Amino acid sequence: MDWRADASAPSMSVDLTTVKKIAGLARIAVGEAEAEALVPELNGILHWVEQLGEVDVVGVEPMTAVIPNTLRLRDDVVTDGNVRDKVLANAPQAEHGFFAVPKVIE
Amino acid sequence: MAVLTDLTVAQIRDGFRAGDFSAREMAEAFNANVAAAKALNAFIVETPEHALAAADQADKDRAAGSLKPLSGVPIGMKDLFCTQGVQTTAASHMLEGFKPTYESFVSQKLWDAGAGMLGKLNLDQFAMGSSNETSYFGNVISPWRRNDGGNAALAPGGSSGGSSAAIAARLCPAATGTDTGGSIRQPAAFTGITGIKPTYGRCSRWGVVAFASSLDQAGPMARDVRDCAIMLENMAGFDPRDATSLDLPVPQWEAGLSGDLKGKKVGIPKEYRVDGMPADIEALWNRGMAWLKDAGAEIVEVSLPHTRYALPTYYIIAPAEASSNLARYDGVRYGLRDLPDGANLQDMYAATRAAGFGPEVKRRIIIGTYVLSAGYYDAYFTQACKVRALIARDFEEAFKRCDVLLTPTAPSAAFALGEKQADPLAMYLNDVFTVPASLAGLPAMSVPAGLSGEGLPLGLQIIGPALDEQAVLNAGLAIEERAGFTARAEKWW
Repeated sequence: MDWRADASAPSMSVDLTTVKKIAGLARIAVGEAEAEALVPELNGILHWVEQLGEVDVVGVEPMTAVIPNTLRLRDDVVTDGNVRDKVLANAPQAEHGFFAVPKVIE
Repeated sequence: MAVLTDLTVAQIRDGFRAGDFSAREMAEAFNANVAAAKALNAFIVETPEHALAAADQADKDRAAGSLKPLSGVPIGMKDLFCTQGVQTTAASHMLEGFKPTYESFVSQKLWDAGAGMLGKLNLDQFAMGSSNETSYFGNVISPWRRNDGGNAALAPGGSSGGSSAAIAARLCPAATGTDTGGSIRQPAAFTGITGIKPTYGRCSRWGVVAFASSLDQAGPMARDVRDCAIMLENMAGFDPRDATSLDLPVPQWEAGLSGDLKGKKVGIPKEYRVDGMPADIEALWNRGMAWLKDAGAEIVEVSLPHTRYALPTYYIIAPAEASSNLARYDGVRYGLRDLPDGANLQDMYAATRAAGFGPEVKRRIIIGTYVLSAGYYDAYFTQACKVRALIARDFEEAFKRCDVLLTPTAPSAAFALGEKQADPLAMYLNDVFTVPASLAGLPAMSVPAGLSGEGLPLGLQIIGPALDEQAVLNAGLAIEERAGFTARAEKWW
């Protein structure tokens, strides 16, 4: 087995515009130099993971539970709450019992 | 009497019960070791007062005849577990100063069992890394050094590198770790200690800072197999607040320990014989087979055909889940806020996340966002979830033919800090042997088994079927009894 087997399938690659768009979706501000450095890094990783395309998965269901486990139901009752001060204790800015953020609507 | 800080968890527990020393003496001895080991940078926060308070309580309990399972035992807590009133950072700038108003399930269980906390242990930022070089609070330095006379600072492994370094350096007898793709086992192997990742769902994830929720699992790290069994019994258990928590009784793993493997079959997965495996790793693996045979087991070759796809599968699923989990860090509810002059809410999100996350965390969030984005979701994420199902099926098939699997833990001994920093892929390959069991949710442990040519510890990994931690611990014990691993890092710090 080769640890770093290359994908045989042609690579879908990302360019600078895509990297900036994805960083925008992830809500991470990236500078020009940072975005440029990310392009080859992401392409290297994406090219490497694309070898999964060669695996025959016909008839295979995607894994949804790691260990078979039935989802539990509980009574529909309040089990938590009345802890406003605890919830706000680590807020960067809390005012009048609320989280405060910059103005959203002009 | 032996040096107090050289004792194992079992020896501390039993010696304390027998009246050989007080819990306060023990806590003071470990506090002193912690305070004297700043050069290792294993702790982000030291909590000597917590250890002393638990010790004083243990001394009272002993006088009153109401001892608990871990009375008198001080431990280290990976800084990924929320601890009430004590800074919890996940080794990130994002959570610097964050003091949870609640306690994680696992840490609460340990305190309820009588353990005390020596401090919060350093790690890779948000548990993303294999060398502890991504921590915002600086690298952890392994207590080990090569026998070449050089002083190269070595990686303690990651992400639980503070835990592994602290145990190897006798700053704590045991610690918590978490394992997403090998973060308990690889650092254990790098530092000559023992660590077990239990079956996914054994330990509640409630109050553990999330990385990749379908993979994250807490487990203990300690100096030997018995200590891991003791710790795990006091960490595991059902918790209704974690939807994936297993509603099963906690087995008495310590009482069930036996290194006698008569009638057991040990599988050797042929796909783990990778090209370019260092000769000392291969030799160690062969010695491990001989030891398990000597313990009464039969060795059988098995096949896990999708092994080569495990790492790429992991590097789609883990970043995808991380990109979703880490969306919570928005500068609103907790953690860092970066609000440039005149910034609106969207600017604040982007600035906060740019300032609060390190490069590796950003890289993984961006990859995760990409593989989940419209048009790529099926090609990457759904495909990875299907391959993951095949990887799990490989293990199921293998366990029809054997009771446990034996493999090396890592493809090399500890590397020097900085050696693999430049190439993210080279770093990812460190987890080639540990990631498959994580993807399948299986219990797996690393036990120290020998030294490399450079005088550094090497570990062997045992993987068991779901819920059979006992088989894993017992095979680990059989190796431990025969490996006679007594090497320890010479003190330089």
